[in-house]
Amino acid sequence: DQVLHIVPETFQQVQHLQHLCSTLLLDLWKPLLPEDIWAGKDLHIRVPAPLVQEVKDSLDQHMISYKVLIPDVQELVDQSMPRERSSHRHVPEGYVYTQYHPMEEIYQWMTQIQKSNSELVTQHYLGNTTENRTMYYLQISQPSNKPKKIIWMDCGIHAREWISPAFCQWFVKDILQNYKSDPKISRFLQNLDLYVLPVLNIDGYIYSWEKERLWRKNRSPHMNGTCYGTDLNRNFNSSWGSIGVSYNCSSEIFCGPGPESEPETRAVAQFIKRKKSDILCYLTIHSYGQYILTPYGSTTKPPSNSEELMHIAEKAAAALMGKYGTSYEVGPTSLILYSNSGSSRDWAHMIGIPLSYTFELRDKGTHGFVLPPDQIQPTCEETM
Amino acid sequence: DIDDVGHKYYLELVLEDVLDKDSTVNCTAEVLYHLGNKNIAPDVQFTLEGELKNTAEADNTFYNRIKSLEKELMAENIPDSHGNVSPEMEPIRLLAWVASGYVIWQNSTENTHFQLAQIKRVKQVKRSDEYLAFDYMILLHEMVSQEIIPWQVTVLWHPQHGVQVTQ
Repeated sequence: DQVLHIVPETFQQVQHLQHLCSTLLLDLWKPLLPEDIWAGKDLHIRVPAPLVQEVKDSLDQHMISYKVLIPDVQELVDQSMPRERSSHRHVPEGYVYTQYHPMEEIYQWMTQIQKSNSELVTQHYLGNTTENRTMYYLQISQPSNKPKKIIWMDCGIHAREWISPAFCQWFVKDILQNYKSDPKISRFLQNLDLYVLPVLNIDGYIYSWEKERLWRKNRSPHMNGTCYGTDLNRNFNSSWGSIGVSYNCSSEIFCGPGPESEPETRAVAQFIKRKKSDILCYLTIHSYGQYILTPYGSTTKPPSNSEELMHIAEKAAAALMGKYGTSYEVGPTSLILYSNSGSSRDWAHMIGIPLSYTFELRDKGTHGFVLPPDQIQPTCEETM
Repeated sequence: DIDDVGHKYYLELVLEDVLDKDSTVNCTAEVLYHLGNKNIAPDVQFTLEGELKNTAEADNTFYNRIKSLEKELMAENIPDSHGNVSPEMEPIRLLAWVASGYVIWQNSTENTHFQLAQIKRVKQVKRSDEYLAFDYMILLHEMVSQEIIPWQVTVLWHPQHGVQVTQ
């Protein structure tokens, strides 16, 4: 379809144009009605593709000059629309995994996922947030009589890292869609249970949707409500408050008034402590930077099993790169990024979970926290 | 380490065209961070091994489009919360990126790592000369402190005369 711009010069031309519009039922963009077409006034008409040549011929015949204002209306429409509605209609609930979802929808998604996959998925209560919202995790577990080890993954500990909860949702969908057909996944589930917390910092996530897109911390009030937010990834009891933090609430890396001071931190910590003898691997998903980070951030002294940790991480990074060529750096936070204390990953390792990793997903700063939705699919696919 | 002066880094880089990933240029650079006074920008010397692409056509198209606007261009949140940038705003974003590169250079130390996070606001400023001028409020993300730092910059641009940044 094209949109033409015409300025009629004579009354005869106006008449012809009115005639053309009404017989061919053309779509007038300016003015709205044929009777408002006047000589000397701008006219914008949208002409459906099959009629374009006929209309242009007719204008030429009547010596009416025109300009093509929009050569391809569909192209313009496509560019301005949120994309990827089409490729996911086969997903049961119609949930679009290639778009970012507000917390309301993620809650609904969890309920729906459990309903449609009840043989494998159960939703469990973890705790409450500062603003009293409920934290749920999903347990993906194949019924079996043998005891299974656990892999824990949490997303969205930092509010602005939207690609992280998007990944957790994608991960769940991918496992559920493919566990029957993919031998690797089905063997996985025979031996392991997956526990996924799609959004850890729920209050912060909602705040980044409604008020401030680049918010990071939770929403706990300090100093009589004059300052908000503790950095949950500085709030765990791993060398808490020692390095790479601020004691000032106004900082983005405020570690809170004390270790595990935040309800969100406590909810996760209590659960993991309870189950720790069965937890094989702790994963926490962040953005951005493209790193797979191993312990520790609080010291450069390597963890006891650092060779094993590095070996696995390097294999993961290589596999990831095999998909789309995206390169991830691998190593201890204190060496390749910066020093920090109180991180959940350090804490998980310190209490005895042997494999503990932080993933920093795409990108490397071009879009940073505001990663466009067309990168959700490739990011998630390569990370799988 | 250069005693009493600062730390010098010798870099070999590959520059990649943002708009054409296959187009790359090798580059060598020397960066000197000064000791002590943190208010001086690091010294940078560089050599390009090859040529940057000619962008005259795209530059002129953008220039003429903005020149022919009836009202001064104004926009907020580029990209939007979801990461989307409309095609008309893409050159505005690229210009902000260049300007933020200058701001980042002027404010970098060995302990900072800045990235442009978002353009909060941009407003065109009409000029009597041939330059285009834009007032930007940009948000810079600093990796180590994790802070989001707002910065006001005015950017002048002309297809033949390049970019100028005033803070």
